[in-house]
Amino acid sequence: MSTAQTPPAVLRVSGITKAYRVGRGLIRRVAGAQHNTLKALDGVDLELRRGEVLALVGESGSGKSTLAKILVNSTTPTSGTVEEAGLKAGATRRERARRVQMVFQDPYSSLNPRLTVGSMLAELLTLHRIVPRKEIRQESIRLLGRVGLREDVLDAYPSQFSGGQRQRIAIARALAVRPDVLVADEPVSALDVSVQATILDLFRSLQAELGLSILFIAHNLAVVQHLSQRVAVMYLGRIVEVAETAELFANPRHPYTRALIDSIPRMSAESVNDLFDIEGEPPSPFDVPSGCRFHPRCPVAVDRCRREDPALMRVGAAHQSACLLAEDLAPYPGAQKAEEAR
Amino acid sequence: MSTPTAVLVGFKARRRASRRRSLKPWYRNGTLMAGIVIVALLVLVALCAPLLTPYSPIAQHLEDALQAPSAAHWLGTDKYGRDVLTRLLWSTRVDLRIGFLAVFIPFVVGSVLGGLAGYFGGWLDLIVMRIVDVFFAFPFYIMVIVLVFVLGSGEASIYLAIAAVSWVSYAKIIRGEVLVAKQQDYVVAARLGGVPHATILLRHIGPNVLSQAIIYAMSDIVMDIMAIVTLGYLGLGIAPPTAEWGSMILDGQEFITTQWEQATIPGLAVVVTSLGLSLLGDGLSDLLSPDRRK
Repeated sequence: MSTAQTPPAVLRVSGITKAYRVGRGLIRRVAGAQHNTLKALDGVDLELRRGEVLALVGESGSGKSTLAKILVNSTTPTSGTVEEAGLKAGATRRERARRVQMVFQDPYSSLNPRLTVGSMLAELLTLHRIVPRKEIRQESIRLLGRVGLREDVLDAYPSQFSGGQRQRIAIARALAVRPDVLVADEPVSALDVSVQATILDLFRSLQAELGLSILFIAHNLAVVQHLSQRVAVMYLGRIVEVAETAELFANPRHPYTRALIDSIPRMSAESVNDLFDIEGEPPSPFDVPSGCRFHPRCPVAVDRCRREDPALMRVGAAHQSACLLAEDLAPYPGAQKAEEAR
Repeated sequence: MSTPTAVLVGFKARRRASRRRSLKPWYRNGTLMAGIVIVALLVLVALCAPLLTPYSPIAQHLEDALQAPSAAHWLGTDKYGRDVLTRLLWSTRVDLRIGFLAVFIPFVVGSVLGGLAGYFGGWLDLIVMRIVDVFFAFPFYIMVIVLVFVLGSGEASIYLAIAAVSWVSYAKIIRGEVLVAKQQDYVVAARLGGVPHATILLRHIGPNVLSQAIIYAMSDIVMDIMAIVTLGYLGLGIAPPTAEWGSMILDGQEFITTQWEQATIPGLAVVVTSLGLSLLGDGLSDLLSPDRRK
């Protein structure tokens, strides 16, 4: 994978697992009840390269948000390592915190209702000594301009803004400390459809103009189709497929990815939605299926899938899949149909 | 290119109407205004007590004892010949002062301990909350009475006793609020920005959780005044010559059949004070709670 053109990784996680023990109350322990372990993440390897938008896609409960929390260092993994490129050994906690910032899903709970936008930004600018004290106002205005807001926003409280504007403020706050990496946890899924596109455009311009590396989490592929360079698909605590965006859409090598692509509603007479349908809910993370964890819902599963647990394997130049049948999957008909539909 | 699919999916309509700020200005809130008016009048009476009557609340005039209400003594005189109305007005001073001051220490102590326990969790939380549980196991008035009995009567021991018992309520309220607030994304965001714990507690969490404690404090003042009156009635409160509603009720009850107003009017004063503070508390909770909490 490491060809000459591949930019270096700014953030790399390897072998990340995160287990939550549930039901460990005193009475249950005395009664000798077995405690359940919920494996939110089960061996995740992923790298975010400098200047790219990497999309992380998966259903609810697939572990996307847990992975995001680990990346921003707000939760510690049960095992595995997080490497930040260029981090000096003696870096302070504050310096470590500065480098990776996050944009949250719900712009209504991510802004303190009792702080003005200006004081919110000023706090971070002062704390990290980003600019001299007398330039704080100027820098705040610059940040707001960066996210498409005007100067008069400074003295307003979050309750005076709409969801989209709040999300812009949240992005400005994340940018205030000049991070290297932005982790965006479903930043548009709480917004009205009319606003989603404008926020996606903003992320695109942040990548293009600031060279920011962005991990963009979404629960469906459509949102990230025109934004990300690479896509990682998660299912039940594992990454099941990683590829460049165009490659993934044209040539998905995991049945789950195919199902996700087929679930994108398209405006055409000939819908492709019924090609690759998966049924039911994802299995409980307390009770992960044996073998391939996708096999109970997989339309092409064979006997082998019930026994062998596939690892992420290389299936193309910059394409990895965790499907035992990745090589044998029939050429993807959806891609062609979707192309025709355009 | 077809229509960008991005704008078609992921649509989650969320009802936010409940979070909008009420358009009604605070002075249009009837409950709040009624509370403010009653409490303001009481405070005014307390401040101006010496100006409102010509008599001394403690000087005895035994020759005038137990007079019926008249033009000179609107509510009559007690068994020591002191003007009942004068004592009633001066009592307002003592009871309100102790009520308000007694709330202050437990408010601060309870909020700090509850806030730290909720925010840091772990063993600190375990220890603080088990102590809280122990205090909660005893009824409020019984504990206050026992503590004042042990510490000896007087204003200082009333403050101490009330503080020792009622901080637990504030600790519980604030801890619960902090547990919710610290999960809020804006707190997580501040943490990710490298903001230190102390700043997060004081600047980001504090202002968002204190309103609940302030609302509770209003009803707590009522509890405290009731406790002071109860102590006065039991002869454990403020030392005798000082006018105080509880001791006035105690002094007046032996004449309840002949001069009912001596015990009843101070009792009504307690009722009115409680009503005013309760209305104030309710009004404040209307004003502070629904929209600003999250």
